Amino acid sequence: MYKKGLYKVVSNVRLSAKTMQMVLEGDTQYITRSGQFVNVAVEGKFLRRPISVCDYDENTITLLYDVVGEGTRAMSQMEVGTMLDLLTGLGNGFTEDEPTQHPVLLGGGIGCAPLYNLAKKLIARGVEPVVVLGFNSDSDVVAEDMFKELGIATYVATVDGSYGTKGFVTDVIREYDLQGDYFYACGPMPMLRAVCGGLEWSGEVSLDERMACGFGVCMCCSIETKSGVKRICKEGPVFRKEDLIWK
Amino acid sequence: MRVELSGVVLDNPVIPASGCFGYGYGMTEFYDINILGSISFKGTTRDARYGNPLPRVAECREGMINAVGLQNPGIDAVIAEELPKMREVFHKPIIANISGFSIEEYVECCKKITTEEQVAIIELNVSCPNVHGGGMSFGTSAESVAEVVRAVKQVVTKPLYVKLTPNVTDIVSIAVAAERAGADGICLINTMLGMRIDTKTRRPIIANKMGGFSGAAVFPVAVRMVYQVAKACNIPVIGCGGVESAGDVIEMMMAGASAVEVGAANLRNPYACKEIIEALPAEMERLEIEKLSDIIGIVE
Repeated sequence: MYKKGLYKVVSNVRLSAKTMQMVLEGDTQYITRSGQFVNVAVEGKFLRRPISVCDYDENTITLLYDVVGEGTRAMSQMEVGTMLDLLTGLGNGFTEDEPTQHPVLLGGGIGCAPLYNLAKKLIARGVEPVVVLGFNSDSDVVAEDMFKELGIATYVATVDGSYGTKGFVTDVIREYDLQGDYFYACGPMPMLRAVCGGLEWSGEVSLDERMACGFGVCMCCSIETKSGVKRICKEGPVFRKEDLIWK
Repeated sequence: MRVELSGVVLDNPVIPASGCFGYGYGMTEFYDINILGSISFKGTTRDARYGNPLPRVAECREGMINAVGLQNPGIDAVIAEELPKMREVFHKPIIANISGFSIEEYVECCKKITTEEQVAIIELNVSCPNVHGGGMSFGTSAESVAEVVRAVKQVVTKPLYVKLTPNVTDIVSIAVAAERAGADGICLINTMLGMRIDTKTRRPIIANKMGGFSGAAVFPVAVRMVYQVAKACNIPVIGCGGVESAGDVIEMMMAGASAVEVGAANLRNPYACKEIIEALPAEMERLEIEKLSDIIGIVE
């Protein structure tokens, strides 16, 4: 089920030059899985902004978002106390009960966000995930501390080598010979392609695409999969590696 | 609030426009869709279509551009799978939006859909390119619109409405041609051809380069075209384009619309149609309107 409602901004802070963290207060009962997203109405913008849920509890939602255009810039300037119109409970999230003993969580850039709640869910289940985050440069690195505070091994790669391993998340896996049996990934398409093509483990990825409605009626985010046409906003955003077609 | 379209009585004039409401059942998570006047379902073609590559959507000031490319499971799957699901949750007359790339395809689809009991009106989307006519959209020529209408009219048993594209030099001549060819009603406007460019990558935002512009920004164009067509034709007009409020519905009806379709507004606010229907009585009272049917085309 979905919930459209007003949510109060209780904090909105900058984590890096381009990434912000916003905490919202309101009814979260329709958020049922990590990896789901909310669709944020920004005043003066016609379409909502789909943003994955980084974390949630009984009455708060935490979002990490990059300031990439006018809509997210407007969000970045919102003050505490602002009321935001959100659609929540959108999309199918990660398979939290996947029978994996050694999951590896792979986040590229802002794709690290939905992995945070997933990591908490896996830990609560008694499974200890390994986290690998990839960024362009050290000034872009966010969320590393958040994952480390969960007490799990967290590695970072930067494309320019200014922090952590030089290269991509796949280079970290190689360098440290990380042994997993399943992966959860979210990040830019080239990264997801490399991960799906390069790792022998089974896994699932969360896709990002321009959307209009976010609840499955406009067909603006449909992709062809091995099991037919799927909507990223409705059947996704998380898809099994085995179901995706890379062109 | 009751209105009538070619003998089909609707409890109210509010109809979600094709492509903005799927086949209805996906919206029941938000509200009971039986409050709607009708639903114009997702544009359906003979064959299943995946549609255009992604991205398919770009934002605009007060609107959006889409180039979905008529993604749909095809007429047979719609009849076998989508309509039964729609029937379960929606118990009112349905408007079947049919698209085609040749006259034969329109005829074949309409022949199949006309026997569906709940389908009360067939709405022909003539904005698709005619593959036998050099790719020109059917809807941009009075002649080809008339040709499609004449052919389809021979096989349908339900009122036939034609949804016109606004991307033409003279909308009235095309509407009149449709009426003369036997159309029972006109629906307008479909989206306006538009384009957005990502100035950073120096590329069009949507993969198809161009797409259909809709949303609040097109409302005045829609009102103007509804007004012109309603004055020139003697068949009912369904007004469509940028409608977001009860006030917009009344304005569209005063311009000449017998019923009103709501499109892009549903995508930002899934409750758009519900909120409009609920706001109509107060807006009618404010404007001293006793019956909505009294104001259709009241503007001189």
